[in-house]
Amino acid sequence: MKQFIVAPAPHAHSGDSVRRNMLLVILALMPAYVVSVIEFGWGALITAAISVCACVLTEWLISRYLLKEQKQTIGDLSAVLTGLLLAFNLPSSLDWWIVLIGAVVAIGVGKMTFGGLGQNPFNPALVGRVFLLISFPAQMTTWPLAKGFETSYLDAETGATPLYFLKHIAKTGDVSLVDQLPALKDAFLGVMGGSLGEVCALALILGGIFLICTRVITWHIPVSIIATVALFAWIGTPEGMEAHQYVAYELLTGGLMLGAFFMATDYVTSPMSAWGKIIFGIGIGFIMMVIRTWGAYPEGMSFAILIMNACVPLLNKIRPQHFGEPKKA
Amino acid sequence: MKTFHIGGVHPQDNKQFSAHQPITECPLPKQAIIPLVQHIGAPAQAVVKEGDKVKVGELLAQAGGFVSANICSPVSGKIAKIGEWTDAWGAPGQAIFIDVEGDEWLPEIDRTPDLARQCTLEPKAIIDKISAAGIVGLGGACFPTHVKLLPPPGKKAEVLIVNGVECEPYLTCDHQLMLEHGEEIMIGIQILKKALGVERAIIGIENNKKDAIEHMQKLANSNLGIEVLPLKLKYPQGGEKQLIDACIGRQVPSGALPIEVGAVVDNVATIFAIYEAVQKNKPLVSRVITVTGKHVAKPGNYLVRFGTPIDEVIALAGGVPAGTGKIIGGGPMMGRAMDHTENMPANKRLSGLLFLSEEESIRPEEENCIRCGKCVQACPMGLEPYLLSRMAELEMWEDCEKHDIMDCIDCGCCVFTCPAHRRLLDGIRPGKAKVGAILRERAAAAKAAK
Repeated sequence: MKQFIVAPAPHAHSGDSVRRNMLLVILALMPAYVVSVIEFGWGALITAAISVCACVLTEWLISRYLLKEQKQTIGDLSAVLTGLLLAFNLPSSLDWWIVLIGAVVAIGVGKMTFGGLGQNPFNPALVGRVFLLISFPAQMTTWPLAKGFETSYLDAETGATPLYFLKHIAKTGDVSLVDQLPALKDAFLGVMGGSLGEVCALALILGGIFLICTRVITWHIPVSIIATVALFAWIGTPEGMEAHQYVAYELLTGGLMLGAFFMATDYVTSPMSAWGKIIFGIGIGFIMMVIRTWGAYPEGMSFAILIMNACVPLLNKIRPQHFGEPKKA
Repeated sequence: MKTFHIGGVHPQDNKQFSAHQPITECPLPKQAIIPLVQHIGAPAQAVVKEGDKVKVGELLAQAGGFVSANICSPVSGKIAKIGEWTDAWGAPGQAIFIDVEGDEWLPEIDRTPDLARQCTLEPKAIIDKISAAGIVGLGGACFPTHVKLLPPPGKKAEVLIVNGVECEPYLTCDHQLMLEHGEEIMIGIQILKKALGVERAIIGIENNKKDAIEHMQKLANSNLGIEVLPLKLKYPQGGEKQLIDACIGRQVPSGALPIEVGAVVDNVATIFAIYEAVQKNKPLVSRVITVTGKHVAKPGNYLVRFGTPIDEVIALAGGVPAGTGKIIGGGPMMGRAMDHTENMPANKRLSGLLFLSEEESIRPEEENCIRCGKCVQACPMGLEPYLLSRMAELEMWEDCEKHDIMDCIDCGCCVFTCPAHRRLLDGIRPGKAKVGAILRERAAAAKAAK
């Protein structure tokens, strides 16, 4: 009697895979990365290379020698993505050994201690970044100017980011500093100082739309973050600045677009249901604006995302719209 | 274009292999095997004994309760034995074995292809005829049809929804039936409307069957109170609750039956069987089965008498293709993979035979859940499959119940969509069985306490 393979239904699969999702996110980051390389030159290339290699190597070493796993997971590309995102969140002129520490902390502490992919409560790249920000505050807030390959990796000219001026304007009401801000067009295209990958809002938005169209992410988190920030900024516009101008600067500078489309939407550390995602996004936008407006740091995206990461188990108590029940809200 | 409102996925429909293949009659077997369970509910009780001679249409086994169904003989011949039999999945049961002799039908059965339009029977008489003919839902669930037509007191049907969706990939039997027997289906719908006392019927057909939509629309134009509703392609639209939502925008509450929102749903194949039973006195003795797969030599839609060993149907389609890994009874989303084909007859439950190559049969290895929430987005019942599967694995039955595990319809959207290839249903299915048992125990205890 010929026997056939028996397995429970369904016998079909969408063809989606963890690797495919990671690959698509990496692809979506490429336009922004190309802009970074054009603007920051060698720094962008070297920092990203160190970060990605160190992340992958750390994951492999821990999984192979500490956890003694039979099957290695670096092929799923999640470590590559973490490395790339970490680099995106660092100044391009950062010393190589600081980048290395950041990568080891991101994967070692942020991800593998919890059991690897899918188990970590906090976004690993942000764990690495915040660790560096607290440990190396001077280096981590020294921003090279966008001068492309004209400058070498470590001796880049540095300057303050637009967020520094924005905060100062909000605090002191010194409207004369508005002149120090880049033109809105430059902010949109990314001709300004900042972390390696965060500067070009246009490229990040394009990447984000690509991810939404390919159904890698849903619109809920980015839209709720952006809407919250816009609303907060509109209400809190400092005197002497036009509301639309202030809103635009808050949206286009700092890590907002990078965070909204690529960091906050990290599968593992964001909520499952649509309403959970929306509240998560509102929380991030709100906390970030509180930090930007009143906090000690000019930028609060990393902290905001990490704080809301901690709320995810709670937000997962919000259940999706259940069939046959009256509509929620 | 309308569709249901929560979740759903878009599998490749792969209907091109057997679509538009005319319904071909499968020759009679030498011996027919008639299982006594071909429906949901109590097993039927055999009313014949070894050595009896039977004609086609004669009652072989009587419904074993209200929720059960008669089984009428699909062949003529001599009862060889009544006894133990194991199905293609290894489940034991009882079956009647008939040595086929000729093809002699009961005299009252009208076998001509002439349309019988007039139906003067009262609703009660119609339902009795449906019940006597052993008709069950041919869309897959095999729920006895007469039970649906007798709503509990206080409930009133408002609309008949006809399921022409056929959302399972590969299957084309309902599609072909609509193309070839649309007129009969229309008459069947009018009969059912009369039996239910409803004015309105909606035929839901997915948009990948444009010719069927057009054909049925043309026929509906000359039939009062029948609407054809093209639906946007999305799986599992043929699920009863999803179809009601898509057609009339009402969602059946958790644990309730469609009649709660005034709907009764029947599949087109079931309605064709109702036409034959009521107008032609022909009990349910055969059905159309799609035999298909990428490597099948002659994929098609075959009219098969129940009891015919599936090996003979497979031979008609060119035999088991080389390199076959799985043979699925039904479609790829909800069908069951057979262990073997020997001694397995066509029956009321079997809507298709799908051959998947070894390559297509591989279940990729599971990876860690990455908490992407795609299963939550895909679930048409608005459940949290990642959570239910984990809770069931950890035997957290109370939590399973609180998170509505019993609402799971087994559609497979979560597993289909999971990028980490997690076998969510492998946990949820047994969990559902366990929680169901707990609920029944609790109900029994509550009854005893009264």
